[in-house]
Amino acid sequence: MLKIRIIPTLLHKDLGLVKGIGFNSWRRVGSALQSIQVYGLRGVDELIFLDISATNDSRPPDFQTIDDLADNCFMPLTVGGGVNSLEDVHRLLRVGADKVAINSAAVATPGLISEAAKRFGSQCMVISIDYRQHPDGRREVFTHGGSRPTGLDPVAFARQAADLGAGEILLTSVERDGAMTGFDLEGISLVSGAVGIPVIASGGAGGYEDMYRAVVEGGASAVAVASIFHFTEMTPKEAKRYLADRGLPVRLDAAASSPS
Amino acid sequence: MRNIAIIDYGLCNLDSVVRAVEICGAQPLPTRTPEDLEEADGLILPGVGAFPDAMAGLEQQGFVEPLRRLVLDQARPFLGICLGMQLMAEYGVEGGERAGLGLVPGKVVRLLPDAPGTRVPHVGWNEVHHLRPCPLFEGIPTGRDFYFVHSYHFAAREDHILATTPYCGSFASVVGRGTLFGTQFHPEKSLADGLKTLRNFIALC
Repeated sequence: MLKIRIIPTLLHKDLGLVKGIGFNSWRRVGSALQSIQVYGLRGVDELIFLDISATNDSRPPDFQTIDDLADNCFMPLTVGGGVNSLEDVHRLLRVGADKVAINSAAVATPGLISEAAKRFGSQCMVISIDYRQHPDGRREVFTHGGSRPTGLDPVAFARQAADLGAGEILLTSVERDGAMTGFDLEGISLVSGAVGIPVIASGGAGGYEDMYRAVVEGGASAVAVASIFHFTEMTPKEAKRYLADRGLPVRLDAAASSPS
Repeated sequence: MRNIAIIDYGLCNLDSVVRAVEICGAQPLPTRTPEDLEEADGLILPGVGAFPDAMAGLEQQGFVEPLRRLVLDQARPFLGICLGMQLMAEYGVEGGERAGLGLVPGKVVRLLPDAPGTRVPHVGWNEVHHLRPCPLFEGIPTGRDFYFVHSYHFAAREDHILATTPYCGSFASVVGRGTLFGTQFHPEKSLADGLKTLRNFIALC
């Protein structure tokens, strides 16, 4: 049976990893290489690495850094941040990304999704959707690190991305990000119900029960988690044990990736 | 130290495979020209990408005939990974019908959800159930989880299916015969069991 994935998210800004609240108030949380090695030893399901300042700084992904990180990563790695062109996707795949996440560029140029899917296959195209919920309940897609409104509805945009050939949706609630108050279950459920591709729920995990609910109530195939792994004693392994005890399929035989 | 040629046809996740082969104690030789294949003890065809573009790349670089000769006539050990496994087929239907390398009979078709809520692509960790003895499985119990990320699968003849995985019904996750193998999962991304699979392959080379 296909397992529910627990995916630690690593946010890279300037020279190291950070974690914020609501896409703001960034705190430094260490080095990317070290984190990847530790998560490797723990045998996590997958990692997401996002360079969150690339788009706002109008620069491409830092291919050299990603190359070095991927060389130390024997688990699946999704890379995003500043991905703007077919050439960016190509280079990231070549240096070792297994999947490439496109965010702002997917909104600006939806054709990039279909071209990349056609050339590299849908399976490696992750469309990363950041959205905010307005006081009237309406949800809206934001780009450029959650700073730029687009007028797009995340459900319609997710459906369009899937139709264009996206292989997975990484769905992040901006205001819940880092708040550790639980996922936007309704938002996740609306998106996962609208597409036939896997949805990764992101933004808000405060505990293992939140992850369980994102899967069972939200219909997520995976949950992306950052703050609680950085700032609390909670671990991916315990999270999976919790989900397993509640009857969800997870990978528990997390054998380490130690090279020897 | 064994030399393992890793075929670079422009699309693949070359670095991950190169690095994993290195970790497994062999000498990876990323190669863009068919002549380099001759020296190698074993061949790996990695793969991330779409079937038609990948075949076009292999053809343009002149890999198709040398590969068929080395693998089919000279029994040079061969491992196709993910799309690399699919390219071993006679033909694929992704983006229109197109001939594959024809190393193993069968065709590559899209995964079809067999139940509501089954999503395609098949992304994540899933079990690999051994059907027949295979040197790649040495020291790895049946039913262990490996990492998959794909929308198509290799509909091979039953006697070439070495392992299956339960998704969209069930599909062939390892195919092969002799020293010719394909894995739909990514051994280079499947942590310890994946690296063990690669070591088992290298031991045959």
